[in-house]
Order: sequence, then C-alpha cells, then structure tokens
Amino acid sequence: MTIEPNEPTGGVPVSADPVGADFDAPAQTRPSPNKGMFGITGSGDVSGFGGLVRRQPEITSTPKPYGGYFDEVTDALEEAYPGFSDAIEKVVVDRGELTLHIKPERILEVVQIMRDDESLRFELCSSVSGVDYLNSDARRLHVIYHLASMTYRRRVRLEAAIPAGGSVPSVTSVYPTADWQERETYDMFGVIFTGHPNLTRVLMPDDWEGHPQRKDYPLGGVPVEYKGAEIPPPDQRRVYQ
Amino acid sequence: MTQSGYASERETTEGRVFTVTGGDWDTVTGSVDPLSNEKIVVNMGPQHPSTHGVLRLVLELEGETVQEVRPVVGYLHTGIEKNLEYRNWTQGTTFVTRADYLAPLFNEAGYCLAVEKLLGITDEITERANTIRVLFMELNRISSHLVWLATTGMELGAISMMLYGFREREYILDIFEETTGLRMNHAYIRPGGVAQDVPDSAIKKIREFLVYLPKKLKEYEDMLSGQVIWQERTQGVGVLDVTGCVALGITGPVLRSAGLAWDLRKTMPYCGYENYEFDVPTATTADVWGRYQVRLAEIRESLKIVEQALDRLRPGPIFVSDKKIAWPAQLAVGLDGMGNSLEHVAKIMGQSMESLIHHFKLVTEGFRVPPGQVYVAIEHPRGELGVHAVSDGGTHPYRVHMRDPSFVNLQAIPAMAEGALLADVIAGGASLDPVMGGCDR
Repeated sequence: MTIEPNEPTGGVPVSADPVGADFDAPAQTRPSPNKGMFGITGSGDVSGFGGLVRRQPEITSTPKPYGGYFDEVTDALEEAYPGFSDAIEKVVVDRGELTLHIKPERILEVVQIMRDDESLRFELCSSVSGVDYLNSDARRLHVIYHLASMTYRRRVRLEAAIPAGGSVPSVTSVYPTADWQERETYDMFGVIFTGHPNLTRVLMPDDWEGHPQRKDYPLGGVPVEYKGAEIPPPDQRRVYQ
Repeated sequence: MTQSGYASERETTEGRVFTVTGGDWDTVTGSVDPLSNEKIVVNMGPQHPSTHGVLRLVLELEGETVQEVRPVVGYLHTGIEKNLEYRNWTQGTTFVTRADYLAPLFNEAGYCLAVEKLLGITDEITERANTIRVLFMELNRISSHLVWLATTGMELGAISMMLYGFREREYILDIFEETTGLRMNHAYIRPGGVAQDVPDSAIKKIREFLVYLPKKLKEYEDMLSGQVIWQERTQGVGVLDVTGCVALGITGPVLRSAGLAWDLRKTMPYCGYENYEFDVPTATTADVWGRYQVRLAEIRESLKIVEQALDRLRPGPIFVSDKKIAWPAQLAVGLDGMGNSLEHVAKIMGQSMESLIHHFKLVTEGFRVPPGQVYVAIEHPRGELGVHAVSDGGTHPYRVHMRDPSFVNLQAIPAMAEGALLADVIAGGASLDPVMGGCDR
C-alpha cells in the first residue's frame, strides 16, 4: 500500500509495513493539533468546532531589565562578545529561565565566550537537544543548549533555529560532552553539526532512514487487540486536545 | 592411504577411515612475528554479564592493553520521548518511569517538576507531597546504589556482594510495593503531587529499614574495603579528574569522587532539599575506589534524609487543591496494583453525574499546560537528570527531552579505559553505574 503525501490518514495505516529502514520521512503530516476540537481530520469530529484554529503564540523578546542574574549574564556577554547585537536574535525570560536565541552560525563563538569569560563561566554543558516546531516558519528545527555555571550556580538556555536539512557548527571543541548529544540530535531531528568528529546515529540503527522525532514522522505501531476488539495505535486514536 | 584435501583416508573392514591432523604450528607461528603490533578487535556485548544491560564495547586490544574503546549504545531505545508526545501530561509519568529502571522515582520526579514549572504551580505543591517525594527519592537512591554495589561486586569477583546487595534492595522494593502497588515503574509521583498517601504500614517498614541497613552496610564495608583484591581492582583504576569530568559532562558520584562537591540537592535545591541536613560526600582519588567510598557515604546520607523526612511528615493533602489539575480519582492499591478506589467508582457511577463528567474530562483529555519551555534538573543517583519540557498549550507534551546521566556519563569510558588493561574496562565502566534503560530511553 502506498501512502500519498497529502492523504489525511493521521498516521500509518494498519496494513502498512512497519515504519523501518525503508521508510523515507517526511511522508505525511499528522493532523495539526491546532485545528478543530479534537485534532482529528475527516468526518470524525462531530463537535461542530472542526474549523477552529488555534494559533501558536509567537515568541517575543522580553524587555529589559530581565531581573535576577539574567541582566548580569546578558551584560557580561555583551561586554565580552563584540558581535552580540548581531548574533543574538532574541532574549526571552520565561518562568524564571533565560533563553538566548542565537544565529546558528554564531553558536560556537558564543559558547566559547560563555565558557571562558570570567564573569560568565558556564563550565558545564548540561544538555543539547532539539525541538521541531513544524508549521511555525522555515527555520523549524531548534537546537537547544542548556549551559550551567558551576561557579555562579546559574543556568542559561541557548537556542538556534535552522531549516530542515540545515546545519549548525558543532560545539564539541568547546564542550566535549556535546559529542553524543549532538549525535542524538542529528539522529532524531536530522540537524547536521558541522565539524563534529563522528556525526553518526547513536540511538537508532545505522541504516535507519528518516529522523524519528520530527513532527512529521509518524509514531507507528500496531493495533492492540483485547477481547476481540481492536484499538488502533496511539497516533490514530481520537486525540482529545 | 590416500590424501584428499586436508584429511588422509584409508579403507578398513569397518569402512573408510579419515585421519585429520592439525596444521604445522611451527610454520603457522613462525610466519607471525611475536613482537609485532598485532591488534585484536574484541566485541564486548551487547549481551555480556558485566556491561550493565545492553551496552556494547568495541575494544581494540594489543595484548591485554586497551588501545581504543568505542561504546555503542541504542540497543534499548524504546522511543519514550516520542511516545510522550501522543499521551497527555499525566500519562507521561508512566512512560518516563520506565527510562532508568533502577531510579524510576527520579524520572517521575524530574518530569513532574518540569510539568509543574510549566503550569506555574511549583510553590503550590503541598508540604506533605514534597516530603513524600524526598522520602521516596532517597529510598530509591539507596536501592539504586545497592544495586551498583551488588553488580560491581559481582563484576570484580565478589559474588556474595551481589546477593547481599539485591537482598537489601528487596526491602526497599517492598516498601515501594506497599505504597505504590508496584516494585518498579511506579507512576507514583504525578504532576501536582503524588498518586496516593503513604500507608502507616509502609512508614513502619521504613523505620525498621533505618535500623536494619546501617548494620548491614557496615558488614559489607568491612567485607570489601579491607579486601586486597577489591583494593587492587579499584584503587588507581579508571581515573578521571575534575577537568575531565566537567569537560565530558560527567556529574554525580563520579564527579564527586574527583573532589568537586557538586550536588544539585545542595547547589540548586528543589522539593525543599534546602531544609534537610545532610553532607555531600566527596573523595579525592578520582578512581573506582573513590566512587565506591562516595556511594557508600551517600547511602548513609540518604538514610539521614529519610529519617528527617519521616519526622517532617505531617498529615495534609498530597495533591494541589486546583481541581482542574488534581487527579480526580481516589486511588487505592488493589490486588493487581494501583487503580481507582472502589468507593470512587461507586460514587461517580452511582451518585454524582458531575463527578463522572469531571473524571472523564480530566482522565481522557487531561489538563492544558500554557505554552513555553522549561528545563528542570535533579540529582539522580548517577548525576544530573535534566528534563526539558516544551508545551504548545495543549493537553499533550509538545516535546520532552530527558538528559539522562547514564547517556552522558558513558562517554567517559574511552577516557577511563584507553591505555589500561582489559579488566580495568569492566571496573571503570561499572564505576559509572550506567543503566541502559535510561541511556537509550
């Protein structure tokens, strides 16, 4: 059975082959959770709210002062990094966390300063991961770095947005711990980290095709049979939003 | 007698007889220079008793010296992060708990703290719920460290330690079972509180355990620490200093064994850890021995915290008061684990239509979480467990990433093992305490 790219099936049909090596994502889009009452397409939605569209809130910069240590961090970075105004796209403070949105090509310069500057000292790169903001804008893949300063006991999040198939410089030369985490982000989202010593898949098999944690990659799965009744795999069930 | 191929044959009355002889070893070995650098590639794992689950190490050996080691992970990848995106926020607990199966309550706690931070209800978590969380996390830390002691003992030749470690862990699992209904994969800590209250019988068991374990711990320390074999296998083995640890992102007991007292319970407290009195044990040897010392000391510190938590346990609600978030059903432990209490089912099915609607909406649909992202880190038995949760305003997580300490820490194996002996790979790897369920998620 072939799947048309635009067919609104909402997932892998039951009779389709299991998602695997021969799967070439992106194949289909799961129904947008922002449309309708239940996030389903076709005739299933009888609520009368099928035309409802929820917009994704836009991420906006937070005005200064940011409060807490956030002002110190941004000021110190601005002082130490001459390209600050060019490289930093947005500064967002939300729920007591500081996020710096950074131009992807500048990320290596920024983390170098974040680690080495005496008033910043983010020695530990806690986490590197990705988020796929499908349908937001062309730069849908966000690479997210969580840095921690052990000296000052602070945390900061750096975010670099790239289009699908885009690349971002690897930070492994500054934070060797990013090695596997960048590999995981490549594996799951297809983000290419230029300058990475060994950018191969780390969790999925080497010959896997597609990047499973992209939003247009279906969950897959098989129906569950219980006492004669069949329950479809989770991504094809009615989604209560 | 005739020669055909590599066997000679001759006819006898019983039939044809073949005589097979080996090759001439002198010519075989003579062609190889014994002093040449002949490298052997050994594939250790993914099924190997001392690789803590399905870890595969590709070792390049020269004699018994490890020239290069390359860890290969991913054999236990179950797509937990992807699955979370298709379930509601509360259901997420049942998935994350299965990641690092030796520390399920930490996975749940990290995830729930992240959800609560997204909801903005961190300060509304009740005193009792926080105390229960601390109590159970510390018991879980002890059980996790006991398994470490047990498996490491086994891997370094102290088989009896394996039996003892698992035996003591069983006491803790009994306590968990009494409270949550399950020995592992509890789904006990929920966004907004904990699933149900701790029964008095469990409190009694914990008190007994507090008396029981220190004596046993002393015995095991006496058994291992003075042992020459144990000392030889651990001292000066798998050395990784503070610089190496921080560069490679290694946290937890391994970092503390190198001398840096970095413990998130102290440095960035959560769940009210700032109100407990405990020390952060460190060592300065930065080797397997140091990690052993640190973990033993941590078990003792955890016992101290458990005792304080028991004393702080006051009657009170265990869930936030907001009915739009709090789980509607009263839960109870039945014969087959935790589920809705019979009284609750009788009420919603027989008496109150509104309760039934409320129950149905909250259980099938779940609560909405305002859009945004948070990162919450807690001190897991193996290091920093970070949960990066993103919400788009819906009832399902948009993305959850678990920064699991096992995954990050395993990167240190080459740094610890290259240039050392093959046997030290086992000791060094064991000292990282990797759990593949958490590593591969």
